[in-house]
Amino acid sequence: MSSVDMYLLSGVAVFAVCAYALVVHAHLVRKVIAINMMGSGVFVLLTAIARRGESIDPVPHAMVLTGIVVAVSATAFALAVVRKLHETTGSAYLPEEGEDAPPNSGGER
Amino acid sequence: MTGAFSSINWMLAPVLVPLAAATATFLLMGLRGRTRRMAQNAIGLAAAVGIAVSALALWAMVSGGGPVRYELGGWEAPLGINLYADGLSVFMLLTTAVVGAAGSVYTLGYFSGREGEDVRRREYFQDETGSFWPLWMFLWASMNGMFLAADAFNLYVTLEILGLSAAALIALGGTRMAFSAGMRYLMVSLLGSLAHLLGVALLYGSFGALDLATLGESASPIPPVWAALALISLGMALKTGLFPLHFWMPSAYTGAPSAASAMLAGLVGKASFYLLLRVWFDVFEGSVPPGAGQIFGVLGAVAIVWGAVMAMKQTRLKTLLAYSSVSQMGYLFLVFALVAGASPERGFEAWAGGIYLVLSHACAKAAMFMAAGVVIYSVGHDEIPRLHGIAQKLPLAVASFAVAGMTMMGLPTSGGFTAKWLLFSASLGTGQWWFGVVILLGGVLAAVYLLRFLNPALIQVRTAKVYRDAPRSMTVAAFGLSLFSLFLGLASAPMLDLLAVGGPFGGGS
Amino acid sequence: MGWSAMLPLLVILSSAIASFVIFFLDDDRLKLRQTIYLGGQVVKLVLVLVMLRGIYFEEDYELRVPILPGIDFLLRVNELSMLFLVLSAGLWLVTTVYSIGYLRGKPHRSRFFGFFGFSVSATAGIALSGNLFTFFIFYELLTLATYPLIVHRDTPEAMRIGRMYLVYTLSGGVVLLAGVVALQLTAGAVEFTPGGALTGNEAIGAVLAAIFFVLVAGFGVKNAFVPFHSWLPAAMVAPTPVSALLHGVAVVKAGAFGIVRVVHEIYGLDLAQTLGVLLPLTIIASVTIVYGSFMAMFQDELKKRLAYSTVSQVSYIALGISLFSLTGSVGGIVHLVHQGIMKVTLFLCAGAIAETLGIKHISKMGGVGRRMPWTMGAFALAALGMIGLPPMAGFISKWYLGLGAIEAGQPWVIAVLVTSTVLNAIYFLPILYSAFFGKPSEEVAEAPEPEGRFETDPLMLFPILTTAAITLLAGVFAGVEISPLGWSEIIAGRGTDYEPRN
Repeated sequence: MSSVDMYLLSGVAVFAVCAYALVVHAHLVRKVIAINMMGSGVFVLLTAIARRGESIDPVPHAMVLTGIVVAVSATAFALAVVRKLHETTGSAYLPEEGEDAPPNSGGER
Repeated sequence: MTGAFSSINWMLAPVLVPLAAATATFLLMGLRGRTRRMAQNAIGLAAAVGIAVSALALWAMVSGGGPVRYELGGWEAPLGINLYADGLSVFMLLTTAVVGAAGSVYTLGYFSGREGEDVRRREYFQDETGSFWPLWMFLWASMNGMFLAADAFNLYVTLEILGLSAAALIALGGTRMAFSAGMRYLMVSLLGSLAHLLGVALLYGSFGALDLATLGESASPIPPVWAALALISLGMALKTGLFPLHFWMPSAYTGAPSAASAMLAGLVGKASFYLLLRVWFDVFEGSVPPGAGQIFGVLGAVAIVWGAVMAMKQTRLKTLLAYSSVSQMGYLFLVFALVAGASPERGFEAWAGGIYLVLSHACAKAAMFMAAGVVIYSVGHDEIPRLHGIAQKLPLAVASFAVAGMTMMGLPTSGGFTAKWLLFSASLGTGQWWFGVVILLGGVLAAVYLLRFLNPALIQVRTAKVYRDAPRSMTVAAFGLSLFSLFLGLASAPMLDLLAVGGPFGGGS
Repeated sequence: MGWSAMLPLLVILSSAIASFVIFFLDDDRLKLRQTIYLGGQVVKLVLVLVMLRGIYFEEDYELRVPILPGIDFLLRVNELSMLFLVLSAGLWLVTTVYSIGYLRGKPHRSRFFGFFGFSVSATAGIALSGNLFTFFIFYELLTLATYPLIVHRDTPEAMRIGRMYLVYTLSGGVVLLAGVVALQLTAGAVEFTPGGALTGNEAIGAVLAAIFFVLVAGFGVKNAFVPFHSWLPAAMVAPTPVSALLHGVAVVKAGAFGIVRVVHEIYGLDLAQTLGVLLPLTIIASVTIVYGSFMAMFQDELKKRLAYSTVSQVSYIALGISLFSLTGSVGGIVHLVHQGIMKVTLFLCAGAIAETLGIKHISKMGGVGRRMPWTMGAFALAALGMIGLPPMAGFISKWYLGLGAIEAGQPWVIAVLVTSTVLNAIYFLPILYSAFFGKPSEEVAEAPEPEGRFETDPLMLFPILTTAAITLLAGVFAGVEISPLGWSEIIAGRGTDYEPRN
């Protein structure tokens, strides 16, 4: 197994592990981190793909760079929403299904 | 065509116009109060007109001369960005143009609420920061960009912009529920697009190409392709809300401001479905493993029934509509089962039927959410048991709801009728009559859950208290869009001709 | 597109546009509303008569617009269309005049007349459809247009029944849709053709036979075949003019008319006989006829009794059509018209009695005949026609049905007809007896004296007398070529060597 294959596999592994983490962790910051790292897994994979041929392929690099930009903004936005949620509800967890509608919120009788 | 007309780049306009409008309205956020609102409204409406015109121009171009391709800045693929428009792309552009235009008009009234309103309301009806227009324009640009994207990676980029702006629009509601719904949608959306990205990476690793056409030529039924297909399908099924991955839909559509709910339910879910169609039928047409379509088909059939049954149990109008969407999204996924192994003629029927449902459901569901918004604006809530006799006070909103409901029921002359006719015909023609049964059953169930609201709304015994009248732009946009959806069935012939341009199955018969 | 292509469309639009406009009028704009509405009706009636003359002289009216690959929106006029169209346009006028009197001073009249007109437009579309696809479109539109009429009273009870009505008719609609699509896939684009469009398709007979039953089941819901009939008696919650329209021309008749179209112009009698699908239809119709008459006996509410009577009488149409005999077909087709006129008369009378005296139950009808002689006279005329007494219209129908049964070699059908006739007599004659000769009930005794010259609102009385007169005339002048009977003989005889009997 070459070192490139190592990177290929570890990229996929990071993606899978973090997808698992995203599902099992309830705390929103952990979820955000998990998503962020899932992206990183894909980036590792892409960088490894770029290394496979004789010469280095620039296209995956371009993709990774674009991907990083997207990941940064997505993470920033997600953290902002988590903070807003924490401000309004005092909790950094998503309410369970069905608890979304607070009792008699809004609407006059 | 005159020189001035033809010198405009109609391929670029559907993306550039909303992008420019997004930037301009974003910069205007620095202003305050009425000035800002007027300026943003003007720019937004101008952009809506511009998009509609360019979509129509593209329609003429593609119908006349077949699919068109454009290399951005003259750079060739893979490093350059290519745009590609065939009948399906233009069809989707027209869909967003119609629904988007109505939605834009709707927001004029929707966000006219005065600041410091005394009642603690379910929705706020004001946009204190002026961030609706920039977000909405980014959303629109990302959808149009997706429909014109020629390579798999640009699909990813547009998908991300789409998800981020949609999540922000949900959170814009400003209520506790809006924040949690926005957060949940954001997770779902990011997960979906990352799954897509991993799939794209696998494809690039296998074939060294991103261009959809090139991928389509080189794709073969090998394990990495199946893995990529599975990842992309899973991600997009999640974002489209296929049962049982629809868990985010009820809270997202209910928590968002109604103006945003209309666009989310009408358009955003359809964009990821478009991506799925592209990947399945343009790229992997020959390499989809047998039986894969059946999985989608069966889940879709379950969604049709389950969503309808859940819709019957809801007490809030917007939640009812959200579950109705779960049911209607199910129809779309029947396409994959119906196309598998079908003759070109039946295949085209199924494929076109699904896409026609995208258009008609987009118009109808958006109109219904707009109508729900009018109800909330006027009454302050959308709890069905407390909406008795509302039809007397809000006749146009209830009429919009009923007229748009005809598409859900699949009755003529609505677009839903055409779509369900095509899907049903394909299900009988391919011998999969059990899907046909579900298709027809779904229509009757839709009647039952829509009457859950319409019956009390029409009764005259008790009348819900109306707090204030909704601005005319809201009711007119809702009613206009619902009428449009009602007469879509009569316009099927030219629309199907358009879909046949450059589409799979050689355009059917 | 020439004049002859636009005419069918104009017939449909004339009532639709007039109805659409009045939606936007306030309830108080009485004069304007009536002018527009009656104007639309007169325009429609004139157009229909122009077309009737054209059809008589064998001109063609056809409008064809492609909708889907291989599927056209097709309006095409033939003799059968005209029969139904004249019936609907004529009875619309009559019931509208009646409704103006009936609804005087009541709320939501704009809405009522608007949807009333839409229903008639949909009925006209059903009459003029040139293929099953177009037929289906108008068939579903009719369902939607009648729903607001059924729930017109806006009570929770009306809403409950409205939901029941929608679920029944929409379910029938989807079954019909299944049949239409299946036929399209099996036999390609099939258009209504006198003598049968599918002739020569014996090779795929088994599939066609199966599709036949799907189509009949689809139509059977509106046609109120047992066991799909429960919505019809329940729908009595609607205002009386609506019931009259529903029973006389619109909903129930649309189902019956569809069956006529399918048997005569899609399959053709010969093919249907070869496939062996006629006998089951005869049996279903017979069961419905007897069951409906039987149930009618036990209803005390007048409108309910009339409703069960409709269940029974409408199936005469399917019965006649299902006999392998052109004479029987004539009987079935002519009953399409005769039943319409008679049943409208009965309902309008029931409405007038309920509005004037507040009587809705048969047990309280003693003496009504002395208080409202004209109305009850008309009622008697129509009821005797229903029983089949010569020279009323109903006699003609039953006579031809009986002859057809013998021709078709199904003499047992005569027994069905006789049973039904006896039951008809049992549930109609006591009403007449007590109304004219019975002891006046409390309600009749306490009812106020009529205000004007007439026993009830003249706008209600004159339509009743008109339809009652037609009931009589259609029977007496049945021998004339342009009578309903003469026209039905032309219809049944197309594409065959059938010789009219008179």
